Amino acid sequence: MTEKFDAIVVGAGPAGSAAAYVMAKAGLSVLQLERGEYPGAKNVQGAILYSDALERIIPEFRDEAPLERHIVEQRVWMLTDKSHIGLDYRSDEFNEEKPDRYSIIRAQFDRWFCTKVKAAGALVICDTVVKALLKDAQGRVIGVKTDREGGDILAGVVILADGVNSTLARDAGYRAELDGDNTALVAKEMHFLRPEVIQNRFNIGEKEGVAFELVGTLTKGKIGMGFIYTNLESISIGIGCMVGDFEKGGLTPYGLLDELKAHPSVKPLLAGSEMKEYSAHLIPEGGYKAIPKVYGDGWMLVGDSAGLVNSIHREGSNMAMTSGQLAAETVIALKKEGKACSTQNLARYKSALDDSYVIKDMKKYQGMPGFLHGNRHVFTLYPELMSQAASTMLRVDGLDKKSKEKQVTKAFREKRGLFGLVGDAIKFARAFR
Amino acid sequence: MSKVEEKLFQNRYLLDEGSPHIRIKNPAVCKTSCAQPCTFCCPAACYVKNEEGGVDLTTDGCLECGTCRLICQSNGNLEWDYPRGGFGISFKFG
Repeated sequence: MTEKFDAIVVGAGPAGSAAAYVMAKAGLSVLQLERGEYPGAKNVQGAILYSDALERIIPEFRDEAPLERHIVEQRVWMLTDKSHIGLDYRSDEFNEEKPDRYSIIRAQFDRWFCTKVKAAGALVICDTVVKALLKDAQGRVIGVKTDREGGDILAGVVILADGVNSTLARDAGYRAELDGDNTALVAKEMHFLRPEVIQNRFNIGEKEGVAFELVGTLTKGKIGMGFIYTNLESISIGIGCMVGDFEKGGLTPYGLLDELKAHPSVKPLLAGSEMKEYSAHLIPEGGYKAIPKVYGDGWMLVGDSAGLVNSIHREGSNMAMTSGQLAAETVIALKKEGKACSTQNLARYKSALDDSYVIKDMKKYQGMPGFLHGNRHVFTLYPELMSQAASTMLRVDGLDKKSKEKQVTKAFREKRGLFGLVGDAIKFARAFR
Repeated sequence: MSKVEEKLFQNRYLLDEGSPHIRIKNPAVCKTSCAQPCTFCCPAACYVKNEEGGVDLTTDGCLECGTCRLICQSNGNLEWDYPRGGFGISFKFG
């Protein structure tokens, strides 16, 4: 292939497809490369889609995209071995004309997104691994080398949307290898049930959905979180911990997932379901401080490749799409001005990213990864204390309420100490600020 | 069938027979100076302790997550690559 493209996008996830779509729609010649046999074949997410980021790229997506259920209720559960204590928020306001979030199935969603990319005029080639970036004598990226015969392809710019592992960015020296203490490993299963069963079980209407986020003693004091999302005729359930925590032993990813499924509060939700797929995926959770340089001479990083994940709010694919869009808009503007995609000119992408919610939100929570690493007890101790407190206060057993209150306070002070409790609160507030 | 094998059995793979995409560079390193976390961190249980005290790797059930590459970086004993284009895991749902 001697043709030179305006841009090559590596990867067909949300970041790559957003970038390729926006550039192709503006009339640029775009090649998108995907290593899977179809877009989405290698992609894993919970998954919740936040509408806003996609709506800014494809305003009519609700009419076309394979969406599962719009989320009307969010539950946060703290689990102990036998109990859960939770906070639910449900509102009929979520039954709006244009809902703000949906459960989705990524392999299907990504396939749809990529048909939009093709329809916009980009060339999409699957079954192709990009092995390396092609550079000229000055170190400028001028294209990619693929695993196909005669597979060197040239372009004005290469956008790396190759996901969390981004070995391309690492091999080119643009990014360090992922660090196990800042990377979560999540194992997930898809459980199928009839739609009516899901609706009855979760107390929801035909298109309505529920999203659960779970923390607690299951992760045995390791930094971790689980989730349950309702789809039209399936339930996505998953749980993960930091790789560095798994490495210390005592817990396997599949063992942890099985424990979650067997939890007395969770098991009835899955009863009678048929498991049809098991997956696992890494999430870059290093936050703001772990973001590498996102651009250079002839290249940009978008989405997970750039570590753009807000783990506190469980946001990632929206940031992926926004970063893809901003990278694309940078290339479009430079093309219009007849300028090259040099380091100096691509700095515009970084400024646009800095001005967006993506970097602003990541900056806000920059202290959170550090807080969690130093305070692993919050994942075990507080669910246990809360559960004990609820049990003590709710049981009617002849003990007066004043004595019960004293018991609860005593338990908190004994387990963590007054200074510990106040310290946790202050440190948490600081990290959250 | 072990529990993890039952899980993997549900998945769709296109195997690239005879060319595994991950390789242990020097099997002796696994025997001597390593706690072998790959044997309990890999979500597909691709790494199994063998009778000689080393680790056997079978990539057939690999979910291509990258965990083994991360945990083996201090030893640098893995050659980790993606499977050839179109091969490996194909998620139906993801």
